[in-house]
Amino acid sequence: MAEATGVPGGGTGSLAQQRQIGPVRAFMNATEIDARMLGMIVALAVVWIGFHIMSGGVFLTPRNLWNLSVQTSTVAIMATGMVLVIVSRNIDLSVGSLLGFLAMVMGAMQTEILPPLVGYDFALTWIITLAVGIALGALIGALHGFVIAYLGVPAFIVTLGGLLVWRGAAWWVASGKTLAPLDSTFGMMGGGGHATIGATASWVIGVITCIGILVGILNGRRQRQRFNFPLRPIWAETFLALVGCGAVLGAIAVINAYPMPVGLARQYAAAHNIPWPDGGLFVSLGIATPVLIAIAAAVVMTFIANRTRFGRYVFAIGGNPEAAELGGINTRWIIMKVFILMGVLCAISGAVASARLNAATNALGTLDELYVIAAAVIGGASFAGGIGTVPGAMLGALVMQSLQSGMQLMGIESPLQNIVSGVVLVIAVGIDTAYRKRAA
Amino acid sequence: MRKFVVSLLAAGAFALSAAAASAQVVVGVSWNNFQEERWKTDEAAIKGVLDAAGAKYISTDAQSSASKQLTDVENLISQGANVLIVLAQDTDAIQPAVQKAVDEGIPVIGYDRLIENPKAFYITFDNKQVGVLEAQAVFDAQPKGNYVIIKGNSADPNADFLRSGIEEVIGDAVKSGDIKIVGETYTDNWDPTNAQKEMEQFLTVNNNNVDAVVCENDGMAGGVVAALAAQGMAGQVPVSGQDGDHAALNRVALGTQTVSVWKDARALGKAAGEAALALASGKMMDEIEGSVMFSGGPKGVEMHSLFLTPNPITRANLSEVIDAGWITKDEVCKGVPAGTVDVCG
Repeated sequence: MAEATGVPGGGTGSLAQQRQIGPVRAFMNATEIDARMLGMIVALAVVWIGFHIMSGGVFLTPRNLWNLSVQTSTVAIMATGMVLVIVSRNIDLSVGSLLGFLAMVMGAMQTEILPPLVGYDFALTWIITLAVGIALGALIGALHGFVIAYLGVPAFIVTLGGLLVWRGAAWWVASGKTLAPLDSTFGMMGGGGHATIGATASWVIGVITCIGILVGILNGRRQRQRFNFPLRPIWAETFLALVGCGAVLGAIAVINAYPMPVGLARQYAAAHNIPWPDGGLFVSLGIATPVLIAIAAAVVMTFIANRTRFGRYVFAIGGNPEAAELGGINTRWIIMKVFILMGVLCAISGAVASARLNAATNALGTLDELYVIAAAVIGGASFAGGIGTVPGAMLGALVMQSLQSGMQLMGIESPLQNIVSGVVLVIAVGIDTAYRKRAA
Repeated sequence: MRKFVVSLLAAGAFALSAAAASAQVVVGVSWNNFQEERWKTDEAAIKGVLDAAGAKYISTDAQSSASKQLTDVENLISQGANVLIVLAQDTDAIQPAVQKAVDEGIPVIGYDRLIENPKAFYITFDNKQVGVLEAQAVFDAQPKGNYVIIKGNSADPNADFLRSGIEEVIGDAVKSGDIKIVGETYTDNWDPTNAQKEMEQFLTVNNNNVDAVVCENDGMAGGVVAALAAQGMAGQVPVSGQDGDHAALNRVALGTQTVSVWKDARALGKAAGEAALALASGKMMDEIEGSVMFSGGPKGVEMHSLFLTPNPITRANLSEVIDAGWITKDEVCKGVPAGTVDVCG
């Protein structure tokens, strides 16, 4: 049994034991932390602290971090799907345009199509609208996937066409008009002041996540024992559990430290018949809905990528398409499904983006394709296929948005912001490539 | 397919000969990008004037390409246009085409955007005046305090025209310290989503101590109001905009936006159509009613121009956009509580 490997560094087996290794490497081996992921987290921390100092102490405040979490969500939602697209050796340049088109269709549904039938603010408007958006997104994704997988047109070309087609189609939906205001329930998806879940529910989610982490670690250990795989040392497991739970609960604490803005709090107090206290009323907003949606998307997509046959097939196809096909995988159908998923995620992201603005405009999502691809790639997805993670893409999205918000906080003009973002993207991928070469 | 092409060619040849044969006035319009919502309205207004006078309307769409617009103008000339109305994609790149028309004795009207050629006639709304009206409405509501200025795309000269108009209104108060500009930024592509993020950051940096927002157009004002609403400040902070967007007029009725400066596209189209007819009939440029000399462009070229005055729409005069048929009462009054705005009852 591998229980004997209580020595630090022994966890990953013989290779580590044979070599003389430093304490850092030993620690990394024992905890099995992905060095790339750790590198990204460190880089993010450096960016955050840098901005905090340069912005005069505004960046690392609960308020800004709360804003940051909301601003990141639309790109993050799409990035979870882009990972699979890139892993399968494809690309989707149409996501920004598709988001715009689907947001316009959903906007038209709730401002022009449904109201004459059921009136404004009908209770089911939001769900009907969302269902139509998701169905249409899946359909368009299926169309892309079909042309790519079954007709053999390169994904770059198909989605480049899609970029033009759907941006044009977004205009046609309402002849370029802005559709607003949206249904108030639908608007909850945007995470304005009223669209959050409050402190208690946020803590509940945090505790459930924490329990999830513990169960996951225990379960993983049991599975390894069952199949006689090498185990992590107990101290490493404990360390991971503590850090995981600490990070989750810490994040919730930060989010909950952001109180409801005074204006909204007064409305809240009036609505709940609370007398206005002298020092102001402190009501935590809690996690915003778009962030919850993004996290849910990440959890579902991680599950799909790591735990389903479909997910494993996608990685197999990305690693070696010929081998996958010869191995009996229906590669075309799998690729088509990847694009269907991407379309669905575009619809969800479109709902969030338009709800946040409380308006559907035909420019919505312009240039988002670049941020989404950048997020996936910074998060470690490789254009050579077969490599990439969903949590990495989420982190990548956070890095990109941190740069933008941070520079806005510092009052840097937008052309320079673009230059910095572009340079960071190339440097990040450059470092990653160099690291991979060394590791190989 | 071949049949289709042949018939198209035949139709084209017929149109050409018909135009050449009759003494009918042919007005050629070169749009730079007909995909934007508003130009349809302009086109209808121009057509209305021309139809009434029995003149013929022909048009091309350059689809945002300066080089396509060159050939477009040449095509309009060869189709027999007696007078050209040009909405330029690029004020410099259009010069050779304009020069060619001028050489052939065809009058050119620069529509909405400046074409700096002394022989061209320039018709537009006064953009600087739009900036003045935007700032004035906000200034009237909030003459002191912390101002945020959300400007449009940095590559668009209109963003700076507007800014110079804004400066005319608030400049003195800024110097005297009554107004403090706590945030000012350009916005890529006039994108509402970007404007929302910018506003969120300005609110964060200033801990919500923002008293007024001068925003250069309605789309971005939508983003600004969304950011203010997230802080429960919508309706308490004056916000400006322009274009008379339907969503913005609704916000004016709701009280979350102070003003939307409206440039009635139909008035502009009508003025251009009438000027085109006058020029085609042999009138000189200085004989057109309201014509003034203008030399305020980047190169300082002196040219004949006609400036229309924009109309600031606030809660007080919302009825004007409804009466003009620009927007329906239902759209303006959507979600407006009864008894708060006169036009909504």
